[in-house]
Amino acid sequence: MTTTQKSLVVLGAGTAGTMVANKLRHRLPKSDWKITVVDKTDIHDYQPGYLFIPFGMNTPDQIRKSKHAFIHDGIELVLADIDRVDAEAKSVSLTGGRTLTYDYLVIASGTSPRPDQTPGMLGDEWHRSVGEFYTYEGSVALRDALDAFTGGRLVVHITELPFKCPVAPLEFTFLADDYLKGRGLRDRTELVFVTPLDGAFTKPVASKELGHLLKERGVTVETDFMVESIDQERKVLISYDEREVPYDQLVTIPLNMGADFVARSGLGDDLNYVPVDKHTSQSTQYPEIFALGDASNIPTSKAGSVAHFSVEVFVENFLELVAGKPMTHSFDGHANCFVESGQGKALLLDFNYDTEPLTGTFPIAKIGPMTLLKESRANHVGKLAFRHVYWNVLLPGRPIGLPAQMSMTGKIPADATA
Amino acid sequence: MPSTTIAGRQINVNDEGFLLDPDDWTEDLGAEFARLIGVEMTEDHWKLVRYLRQDYKAQGETPTLRRVSTQTGMPVKQLFTLFPGKPAKKMAYVAGVPKPKGCV
Repeated sequence: MTTTQKSLVVLGAGTAGTMVANKLRHRLPKSDWKITVVDKTDIHDYQPGYLFIPFGMNTPDQIRKSKHAFIHDGIELVLADIDRVDAEAKSVSLTGGRTLTYDYLVIASGTSPRPDQTPGMLGDEWHRSVGEFYTYEGSVALRDALDAFTGGRLVVHITELPFKCPVAPLEFTFLADDYLKGRGLRDRTELVFVTPLDGAFTKPVASKELGHLLKERGVTVETDFMVESIDQERKVLISYDEREVPYDQLVTIPLNMGADFVARSGLGDDLNYVPVDKHTSQSTQYPEIFALGDASNIPTSKAGSVAHFSVEVFVENFLELVAGKPMTHSFDGHANCFVESGQGKALLLDFNYDTEPLTGTFPIAKIGPMTLLKESRANHVGKLAFRHVYWNVLLPGRPIGLPAQMSMTGKIPADATA
Repeated sequence: MPSTTIAGRQINVNDEGFLLDPDDWTEDLGAEFARLIGVEMTEDHWKLVRYLRQDYKAQGETPTLRRVSTQTGMPVKQLFTLFPGKPAKKMAYVAGVPKPKGCV
């Protein structure tokens, strides 16, 4: 090692952190750049798989692997908890005493469900009649709870926005409808969807389309519901304006927050997300800090597709930046989300900062094979196949053949009022 | 783009009635917006409205309920009492700032 070697530290080895480290390792000479990745655990879960576990559509072993297997040679993976970032000193202290200094820092520590933030959510019934599917343990426990379910009120509940993969609660509801029909329990079950929003989804066009699907499946929707607490004994959700929603089995999406070390380091907003420029992912406070994936405050979905597309833009910009040039690439907020709608079908949503979800075909104009904003079997097959793409193409940082920038070719803006 | 006459002034609003240009806002207009949604303005109401306008100006976006609560020290429960039903939306409406995006 020469004294002129520069240091890039990546905090978090999830989707964004792993991709960034691998891609940059291939583009930055080892003699000039040391790359270090820090994560608290060696477990890497394919998080979209959590949705399928409760219904037996994925097995737990299909979605869990070791992180180090995906971190390429020439990158140091440090397994430790992060105490804090000292942005002035450009250093990261790890619990246990080690300190890493950096020239550039990428915060990719994601967002996590925080059931402790809603009174009554944790307790004896947590991971029993108060279920969730945003953790490995939670989705496995929910599989068992659903297995024992014999009918009554199944309530799917969103605590607050933003949260990871904003379409997942809807997908869960559609899949639950299928699952209950398959077990002959649908007639004995009232399916309820409880949301703080005034509709099924945040984007008006998709909200309309998804709202129809909920109606078709006989799902009761309770809107504008801001939960204040959960009473596990009476089995009710209680809102700030004193409405109550009773449940027999609750499936809740707890408040999501960024990592606590972000707050301790003074780098976060009210929910510990790092404020960044939405086009470059560069911290608004410190030019040598970037935040990628769910850890930042960019106004688009917290989703793997966003992490993927924004990482591609970041890598090109970063190479320009370290070469002393201006960053010329701009992230457009592109998100591309499969939405399982049950019955072996799925929708595909494609949108960015400025555009509502589009109709048309994806990824090839007029050919597809996948359809945007419309149910099809090809979308469902695409969603299931994506797990393999994730492990074998995406994480290793291989090109996937999808442009980061959203293309309008072959896509038609859907009419929000139609 | 619909325009409407409120408090004796011609103003531009969106199809949900939200003021299009936050700079068109005056306290009279705020009071009139409040009256239209049946909210009687007290000092607590004005405190929130002023915070929303100031934060929108500084951040470029309408604060979430959580942010309003932590920054003003007013419990979320009280926000629901002051602006019943949909406090985030109603506060923004009265303050003449865009409807909170609710994020994505």
